Amino acid sequence: MSVAFTKFRLRERANAATIVLLLAFGFLLVAFFRAQILEADSYRRQSEKNRLRRLTLASPRGTILDRHGIPIAENAPGFTVKVLASSPDSLRALLKRMARYVPETADVEDEVVRRYLAARFQPALVFANASLAAVAALEEHRYLLPGLVIRTEPRRLYIAGKAVAHLVGYVTEVSDADLEKGRYPGARPGTLVGKDGLEATYDSVVRGIEGESFIEVDARGRMVRDESASPSLKPVAGEPIRTTIDLDLQTFIDSMWTAARPGTRGAMVAMRPNGELLALYSAPAFDPNEFISGITGRRWNELNADEAKPLFNRATRGAFPPGSPFKLVTAAIGLRRGVVDFSSHMPQSCGGGFRFGNRVFHCWKRTGHGSLDLTDAIAQSCNVYFYQLGLKIGLPNLLAQATEWGLGEETGLDLGFERSSLFPPSTAYYDRQYGPRGWSNAATLNLSIGQGENEQTLVSLTRFYAALAGDGSMPVPHIVREPKGTPRPLGLSQEQLAGLRAAMQKVVDRGTAAASGGRDLKVAGKTGTAQNPHGDDHGWFVAFAPADKPTIVVGSIMEFAKHGSGVAPYVVRAIRRYLERTDPELAKAPVTVITQQDSATTASELPADSLSGPVRPR
Amino acid sequence: MTRLDRGLVLTVLLLGGYGLAMVYSAGTTDVVTSGTGAWVRQVVWIVLAALTGAVAYRASSRILEWAAPWIYGLGLFLLLLTLVIGTGAGTAAGTKSWLAIGGVRLGQPVELAKLATILLLARYCSGLRQPPETLRELVKPGLIAGVPFLLVMAQPDLGSAIVFVGILFATLFWAGVKPSLLLLLASPLISLILAVDTAWWGAWILVLTGLLLLWRTYLSEGVFIWVVNSAMGVLAIVLWNRLKPYQQRRLVSFVNPEADPVKSGYQAIQSKVAIGSGGWFGNGYLDGPQKRLAFLPEQPTDFIFSVVGEELGFIGVSIALALFLALFIRMIDVARRATNTFSSLMVFGIIGLLFTHVFENVGMTINVMPITGIPLPFFSYGGSFLLACGLAMGLVFRVAADSRLAGYAD
Repeated sequence: MSVAFTKFRLRERANAATIVLLLAFGFLLVAFFRAQILEADSYRRQSEKNRLRRLTLASPRGTILDRHGIPIAENAPGFTVKVLASSPDSLRALLKRMARYVPETADVEDEVVRRYLAARFQPALVFANASLAAVAALEEHRYLLPGLVIRTEPRRLYIAGKAVAHLVGYVTEVSDADLEKGRYPGARPGTLVGKDGLEATYDSVVRGIEGESFIEVDARGRMVRDESASPSLKPVAGEPIRTTIDLDLQTFIDSMWTAARPGTRGAMVAMRPNGELLALYSAPAFDPNEFISGITGRRWNELNADEAKPLFNRATRGAFPPGSPFKLVTAAIGLRRGVVDFSSHMPQSCGGGFRFGNRVFHCWKRTGHGSLDLTDAIAQSCNVYFYQLGLKIGLPNLLAQATEWGLGEETGLDLGFERSSLFPPSTAYYDRQYGPRGWSNAATLNLSIGQGENEQTLVSLTRFYAALAGDGSMPVPHIVREPKGTPRPLGLSQEQLAGLRAAMQKVVDRGTAAASGGRDLKVAGKTGTAQNPHGDDHGWFVAFAPADKPTIVVGSIMEFAKHGSGVAPYVVRAIRRYLERTDPELAKAPVTVITQQDSATTASELPADSLSGPVRPR
Repeated sequence: MTRLDRGLVLTVLLLGGYGLAMVYSAGTTDVVTSGTGAWVRQVVWIVLAALTGAVAYRASSRILEWAAPWIYGLGLFLLLLTLVIGTGAGTAAGTKSWLAIGGVRLGQPVELAKLATILLLARYCSGLRQPPETLRELVKPGLIAGVPFLLVMAQPDLGSAIVFVGILFATLFWAGVKPSLLLLLASPLISLILAVDTAWWGAWILVLTGLLLLWRTYLSEGVFIWVVNSAMGVLAIVLWNRLKPYQQRRLVSFVNPEADPVKSGYQAIQSKVAIGSGGWFGNGYLDGPQKRLAFLPEQPTDFIFSVVGEELGFIGVSIALALFLALFIRMIDVARRATNTFSSLMVFGIIGLLFTHVFENVGMTINVMPITGIPLPFFSYGGSFLLACGLAMGLVFRVAADSRLAGYAD
């Protein structure tokens, strides 16, 4: 072997080996140079993506104030509980462990997993509004719950709770469908957005802009460091909005309703003659605060399955046959068209019915009213008079005029989705529905007294009375901004308006007014019955006060109330409550409720206690 | 002590210190990992390795040469035993690489087998009068490395098995075998690797045919080599199917880590991300986020070099590689000056051992080598290999001291 191990040969091989080593190490060094110097930025980004999780910082929503500056919706500090996980399985395992300390976790497990799958690298929301006890229990076992992210965030608070439910709507996590359709510009998965009512309509104003901060996680997705103390993007608070609502009146209506008529479904709307909404209430209501806490699927289903439909806004989305209150529309159309004046009599006097073709259309008063002029017909709500007035106006004119006044469409209230009132725009509607020969002029008779193909939302009908009470034009009801549309003039002269108001007041004034000797509060209104094929009729009452110079118009419908007179006392109480502020003296004055004689009770027959004064359940 | 090679000692001390510092850093994380507190145990292992080295330093080359077959026999016996009662650990929990009694892991016999193979190969080659010139003459040394190679493959531990190939080629080269013959010896392996792609493999067979004609090998050997290479093309498919799924995944991930980024490609990606994010100067000692947050796999052991890259950057990597290079060049010198051929071959065999480890491990962290669970000398946390390194360096120091004593001069 010595041949190969001479000094010369060894040196030869040592040099060759050194060259191989240099090449090998050079190769490695080049590989490191490429990664560490040439591609360093890309790897640095990957490293950051590995360990940093973006955390959105909720922006405080702008407060919603009533007309006096009292907050309807504000913000309170609340705890949010979120979790980070590396896989759906580890997430479920973590939630199971959390459920040991906070049992409610089990209810939201699927929801959390859904949120997690929607945005894996962001902490998934578990509780949007955790109780202090829950937070304490979780913090105590934090070492067993890796990936837990608890922080304080502004939380929406509606102090009035369910009293303002249908007014403000609610706030909840944006849905995937809404994100896809881009309904909420700037929203990301997990963003809280307004879902109904004012919160939805003015979401872009009150939402603000979410902030952003980062937390550092380890390889298993557990939070190691919280860098949110110095957010990279500070949240921008939403702007406050000022509404025309009178929160005192709003909550009064709720407490009155729930105390006196618990379980009664219906709605009440109060507005000023110029269309400013003072209150909007629908019963039964829900507690909008529940949604902030991240409503559970179960609770949501409960609310949806509830036969009373608490999520349904009956003031703007419920449409009912108006009945008698609509006779004022017929009268106004007659005046507008010059078909009648207040002293006009109809050819046929009321004998309790009206023969049309081979059918007899009844008046509510079977004994008949005799021959009446318009004022008395309004005062006594005589069907036979209005049948003939309708025929005199003519169906096409009746349809066209009511449609022109907007009685067949939405009112334009700035409160999100609103049901359109139904009123046929022209006779073509009947042709389409029943075929050209499938209907007769009898439709005119029905429409004239508020029956037939006529469904009005409470807001729509109340608005018409606002027009009568105000300057004679249909205002666009509104809560926040100046109305978009312009008021539609009824085209009646001041005398005609005054005549209509006078007709509404021409009722046997018995007792109270005379006895007071001073000012008295006259409430002029119209009761109505919305025929309900499914059970007891719904009762309407629309009224304004003070009757001579109205400052407030209140409309209400109560389902299964049988008749509007049952509704009247509550409307009167709401009116008084409002006047306490604007005209305290008048609010204390004796009340005269002037309702036109109708198919049931009159003012004098109302239960006395209901008129004795404002009720303060609070 | 004056006989100690100061340069070599200094290099080893620097590497050991650097390594320990990195083990300490690897254990300094924001979350509890297997590396937490490992540095204390590593200190103990380093002391034990130094003691082992001191003992090895006492062993003369004559004793080693005499004992080589016995040590080799013991090594093979332990490898066999491991196959029967072995257990897995760490990255390779599925392999039987640990010898354990009553649940207590005693060590990895493969480390002993590596040294034993170096000794026996050195003994065999030093006994030859002429360097082998034909394949037939390479059969015996091939078997010396081949038997432990196969036993380790059976564990299965591809990474460690490759080390035997490195040792064999290093020893044969130093014994004076011509590079062309080494290439022919390696040709079946090359065929095996290139067989994944038919075109590459076909090209290689053409090149090989040309080389065989050029180098005018014996006809029988030439035909044999050609047939074996062709057979490897077929065998590759069979072998591939016999690999454990995790081995297959590792090989696929080597070619394309993004193919399975969450599982088998995860380690490769995370390691490269850690190194790449280091830049010139790194994130600072103890401050590597990938390491701190345990994104790096096996950071105190197999992927400790990724920590170097992440925390100390390209500069830190260069320094570590320079230290290794200095160590090897210094060791080549030792091998060159050795007083006898056995010692010389032994030292070069140790270079082969250490170099294979370094190249494979470092290459793995930067994704130029497939991921195999193989430790980085002087850096990786772990007892068996550290003891083997201590022992090997003890032998190298002795050879260096002997040649000084003999008054070796260039």
